[in-house]
Amino acid sequence: MDQLLQHALNALILGGTYALLGIGLTLIFGIMRVVNFTHGELYSFGAYMMFFCVMAIDVNFFVALALAVLAGIALGAILEIALLRRLKGTDIDTTMLVMIGAWIALQNLEQFTWSGVAKSIDTPFPSSPLVLGPVSVSWNRLFVFAVAAALIAGSYALITLTKLGKAMRATFQDRETALLMGVDIDFIHTATFALGSGLAAAAGALLGPVFVVYPTMGDLASLKAFAVVILGGLGSIPGATVGGFILAFMEELGAAYVSSGFRDGMGFLLIIAILLVRPTGLFAQKERIG
Amino acid sequence: MSGGIALVVEGLTLRFGGLTAVDNISFEVREGEVLSLIGPNGAGKTSAFNAITGYIEPARGEIRYRGARLTGLKASAIAARGVVRTFQKTSIFAGQTVHDNVAIGRHLHSRQRTLAIVAGLSSVAREEAQLTREVGDILHFVGLTSRADTVAASLPYGELRLLEVAIALAAKPTLLLLDEPVSGMNPVETASFMKLLGAIRARGITVLLVEHDMKMVMGASDRIICLNQGRIIASGTPDHIQGHPEVVRAYLGSKYVMSSPPP
Amino acid sequence: MKRALTALWLLFLASIPLWLTDLYALHVLIMTGIFIIAAMSLNLLLGYTGQLSLGHVAFFGIGAYASSLVSLGFEVHLLPNWLVSLEPKPVWFAMLCGVVLAGLSGWVIGRISFKVRGAYFVIVTVSFAEVVRLIALNWVELTQGPMALNNIPALRLAIPGVVELAFLRKPANYWLTLIVAVLCYVLIRRLVHSRAGRAMVALRENEALATSVGIDVTHYLVLATVVSAAMAGAAGVLYAHYVRIVDPDVFLFIYTVTMVIMVISGGKGTQAGPIVGGLIFGLLPDLLRAAAIKPEIQWVIYGVLMILIVHFLPEGIVPAARRWWQGRVPTAVIP
Repeated sequence: MDQLLQHALNALILGGTYALLGIGLTLIFGIMRVVNFTHGELYSFGAYMMFFCVMAIDVNFFVALALAVLAGIALGAILEIALLRRLKGTDIDTTMLVMIGAWIALQNLEQFTWSGVAKSIDTPFPSSPLVLGPVSVSWNRLFVFAVAAALIAGSYALITLTKLGKAMRATFQDRETALLMGVDIDFIHTATFALGSGLAAAAGALLGPVFVVYPTMGDLASLKAFAVVILGGLGSIPGATVGGFILAFMEELGAAYVSSGFRDGMGFLLIIAILLVRPTGLFAQKERIG
Repeated sequence: MSGGIALVVEGLTLRFGGLTAVDNISFEVREGEVLSLIGPNGAGKTSAFNAITGYIEPARGEIRYRGARLTGLKASAIAARGVVRTFQKTSIFAGQTVHDNVAIGRHLHSRQRTLAIVAGLSSVAREEAQLTREVGDILHFVGLTSRADTVAASLPYGELRLLEVAIALAAKPTLLLLDEPVSGMNPVETASFMKLLGAIRARGITVLLVEHDMKMVMGASDRIICLNQGRIIASGTPDHIQGHPEVVRAYLGSKYVMSSPPP
Repeated sequence: MKRALTALWLLFLASIPLWLTDLYALHVLIMTGIFIIAAMSLNLLLGYTGQLSLGHVAFFGIGAYASSLVSLGFEVHLLPNWLVSLEPKPVWFAMLCGVVLAGLSGWVIGRISFKVRGAYFVIVTVSFAEVVRLIALNWVELTQGPMALNNIPALRLAIPGVVELAFLRKPANYWLTLIVAVLCYVLIRRLVHSRAGRAMVALRENEALATSVGIDVTHYLVLATVVSAAMAGAAGVLYAHYVRIVDPDVFLFIYTVTMVIMVISGGKGTQAGPIVGGLIFGLLPDLLRAAAIKPEIQWVIYGVLMILIVHFLPEGIVPAARRWWQGRVPTAVIP
């Protein structure tokens, strides 16, 4: 029982970052109809920025986190303007191929710059964990969860309360009408991609110090983000949030009670199973396939 | 066969979410006739088309063609029974040549088995040669012979609409459902399309037509059914429909009918 | 005329091992040939039915593993006291098993993803490949996991007392690859110029219209997936018995990406496309290596090329070259 409780706590904390990854991806898909294969690269970019700031130029840990997120936002905006703006209106396969190309280029640039050796990042947190009765959790992970929760709440607020968020939702629902209403679609796309990228970079910057940083770390992150988004339905933000936690629980329990080797496989089995039963995901409103 | 009942629609009801698009309508199409469905936008004409051809599942009701149930069949299986439709929005295989568009339409009437194809049997080659001739005949019939090698996407609008009909005809329908075939055509094109419709009819093909162009509807139909808000409000010959107060009201709003004398 | 040209071209390809003495170059050609087969198979799905399979490497890997395991034999405990074992079988039989098993897994994928298209199809296929990779990595009893399957036997064909062929050396493997590639090419050619191929193209171009003329799109999507998976499996089989070592890295996503780049750059939906793209991206790595370019930079170049091709040559090299040629010929005739 205690063990189960510990697994549940681990899953809760992991789920926050999965949700963070999923929300970014689902926003980009919902608003831009782009399947963003660079998402995992933004994740590893966030982690490497963190490594660079903290370990190479000795910036304060918390300042470094903010810098990494800002750098992610900037890189996202650049990618959107350079690669996607010209392709607006083309079919989903075309943009997907461009994003695959960008992903390969970014990942190998990373490998070239930082070499393939895994790197770890020092944290200012005490190394002894916080013990709460039968369960324990490291201070670092607790911090990760708190920031992830704050960022998720912040994204919600941005989308539901601000004028930019309103324009985003309008574009999400009906692109043509939004265009007629005078929404600057170009700007909305750039903002969406930048926001989604910022969230992915944040997830990387948060988890980089928990695990280690290596060039292909983004691949699994990408695939997990896809799992989360499929779970919740492509384009659904609440779906992605819940999906993040579901995936984390599945993985944690799968690793504990089936086989640790299949921890990362749980997500994909889940994807296949869900697409069999409900091709539009668990929480999506009616959406046309394709 | 002429005069017998071809298609029976019985108690058809269609719902989208909470909205009832078609509410308990029943009608029959006789062999060899041209029957038109008219009505203002949103009356449920295209929805009825989609239900008959298996693109949406009715909430209630039954559809039978020549005695066999169509409800519940896959759209491709309905086409195999000779019930073939066109679409309201121009719908072609844009990247293919006109010839290939029609050849795709011939799908049901080719007997190549996959194994024979893979084995490269000569029967396949013979059938392909015959297919080319048949496609030529259909293109001649609709008047697109000179365009056979043109990529479909580059055809002018009027010819695109002809190509749609050619694709449907290639499937050898016995009941052809045309969804607004002349919308967007100029009067000259419409007139020549009416001639084509006459020729289709002369081949013994029953036609169910949805159309807004009243000149075309009145000139080409044997009978007309008028829908409004998902219900049948009138049916009968063109003359009967033309003066029907419910029809006029549905199209023009009630204030025009108030002052007009009762029929 | 056209037939003579084809024969000449084939003769040239078949003659290469007779005059090319550089064995490393021959090795590169064999690997390129194997990848071209895989790219052709991907093109059947991506180019003709319009469905992007981003898990294509799974079929390649399944073919490779299945064939290796059948030829090596194995012993696994399915349940703690239920032992399943297989004695080593002749290589030609193992190869057949590999192709069939890959085709079967294609059938499964085609069936389960019959209602998903576009982005969803992509994600199902990616997930499938990842699951298969994890199985190869973790089911150590069957696959040896990261230790890899070693000493995979090469193909031997024998009519007792008459002739014995052993595909041990590079020229023999080159010819074997060439024969399989030509077979696959002919098969795809027949398929796309038939009722089945037209149905696939119809699915790509306008699914609703295709259905309206009676095409059972699910049937043809499944057919395309099965044929495509079996051919990718054949490529994997050739790979396994040529390289003679198979590890879970054959499932790496980067190989799927390589196939996709080959198809897209050459021209999807054309028969020559994957061959042209396959030659370019099969030989390019070695040219870049010869130019002393690091592998990471080579991949960066791949990625950038992919972006550039999609932006500036969206239909691929073959259609673009064809258009250029057609535009050129008339002006060349007029003095």
